[in-house]
Amino acid sequence: MTHVPATGSEPLAPPLPRPTPTSAPYWEGLAAGRLRLQHCQTCAAWIHYPRVRCPACFGTDLAWEAVEASGVLYTFTVAVRPTAPMFAGSVPQVIGVVELPVGVRITTTIETDDPDGLRVGMAMKGVFDTSERVALLRFTPDR
Amino acid sequence: MPLSACVAGVAQHRAQRHFRGSPLFSIEQWANLAAEALSDAGIEPGEVDGICCGGDIIEASRFVPATIAEYCGWSVNLAERVDLGGASAVGAVWRAATAIDAGLCDVVVCGFVSEPRPPDPNPGPPDPGYVYGASSNEWGSPQAEFDIPYGNLGQNCGYAMYARRYHDLHGWDEASRAKIVVDQRASAAVNPDAVFHGVPVTADEVLSSPMIATPLHMFEIVMPVSGAAAVVVTSQKRAGSARHRPVRVAGFGEHITHKTPTYAPDLLTTPVAAAAQKALAMAGITPADVDMVQIYDCYSITVLLTIENSGFCGPGQGLAFVRDHDLSYRGDFPCNTHGGQLGFGQAGLAGGMSHVVEAVAQIQGRAGERQLARHDRAYVSGTGGVMSEQSALVLVGL
Repeated sequence: MTHVPATGSEPLAPPLPRPTPTSAPYWEGLAAGRLRLQHCQTCAAWIHYPRVRCPACFGTDLAWEAVEASGVLYTFTVAVRPTAPMFAGSVPQVIGVVELPVGVRITTTIETDDPDGLRVGMAMKGVFDTSERVALLRFTPDR
Repeated sequence: MPLSACVAGVAQHRAQRHFRGSPLFSIEQWANLAAEALSDAGIEPGEVDGICCGGDIIEASRFVPATIAEYCGWSVNLAERVDLGGASAVGAVWRAATAIDAGLCDVVVCGFVSEPRPPDPNPGPPDPGYVYGASSNEWGSPQAEFDIPYGNLGQNCGYAMYARRYHDLHGWDEASRAKIVVDQRASAAVNPDAVFHGVPVTADEVLSSPMIATPLHMFEIVMPVSGAAAVVVTSQKRAGSARHRPVRVAGFGEHITHKTPTYAPDLLTTPVAAAAQKALAMAGITPADVDMVQIYDCYSITVLLTIENSGFCGPGQGLAFVRDHDLSYRGDFPCNTHGGQLGFGQAGLAGGMSHVVEAVAQIQGRAGERQLARHDRAYVSGTGGVMSEQSALVLVGL
């Protein structure tokens, strides 16, 4: 079951990721300020999110390698209404997808004081958010 | 294998925001709904030998078809629970048709129910499911780990992200996106069973309704309602002696590539493209040959992408296509003539069956005030998740 209560008047905290044995290197990387992804040693595909098998060739020879935390804004939305009660204190929240040069896409939030200025295709750079127990990778326009 | 199975009968309850009937358990609702659909078809309950259902039987989280078969007193050769969200209904119909054409069974009820149950006098702890919607927050779930912590859950923000990318690549004609809602609400306005019966809207009203997730407004998002919908699928032989014009399942397709849009191969070429191509090819027709489309519409953007991806216009031409055509029951491109879910209301998984029910009603010539003059061939789509799981049907009147 989930660990988030469904009712109560106290504000609900956004849920944090719970790393798994497979994904732990990803989260350890973020905590150290580095973006590490799985790289398939068989077919050379980059993989996100972490898996036990490469989704391109289904091989298992996967290595963790550091990549630049930068990319382009693939798409985004400004959630005016919270997407769930846990995010009631976060609206308006800019939820987005960033595409890295190696081809993978990452769900994130966009840190900006000018959401109206955001455009699909804009250059973005990573922001390692270590304010909570598990580090998150957010992005901000790179200008 | 030539396709010959037919839809013979339908049942659909009025969409209601405030349910005025007597609450029944889901299993009771399902049995009653099946009886209505069988009665409509003129087929005896004892003839049923197949069930396609969804995960909406609250009293049975698992072993759903067995629970239904036992409750209804049926011995079935097909017991299918379809798990495709909004595409479950369309998926159920082709699964039933294929099983019948394979000789496995002869009469299959495909039903989905979403009406209130009696209040529990001893309620347990609230189900946290509603917090996460269609997303899973279980440990080890990719969504729980990589999407939900960033607020990417539920449906609104996902569909909004499709819309954002579409507009940034193909232009910001928001009035045409709103026109999808306007045209469908014009059809709902003459449908006495629709939640928005008698309540048309203008594009200005759509675009000035509250912003939910940019660029999508409240009126571009379905209204949850109570309701239920079912069809009876049977062999062409049995359908020939049923009460109404047989509606043949002439083609179908299904395609799934992702659960969360972040990981879709291409956000603007959604899985319905492959599903539609297969369905139309199987039926031996082209998009130009259909008399109507009944397109799954949880959001305005869903309709836009489905029209485009299904081949009714070219890539990036969807907004111009909507601008140039009247999508209402009076128009030259009748789309969601019951109002769609945007106009009829969305009754859980039964919402996806509303498109099938409307196509059958139109083909059988019993769509009332919104009856189309040309009504022999329909293209129907179903969409689950966030443009994730998509199914398509071609239905042809015999």
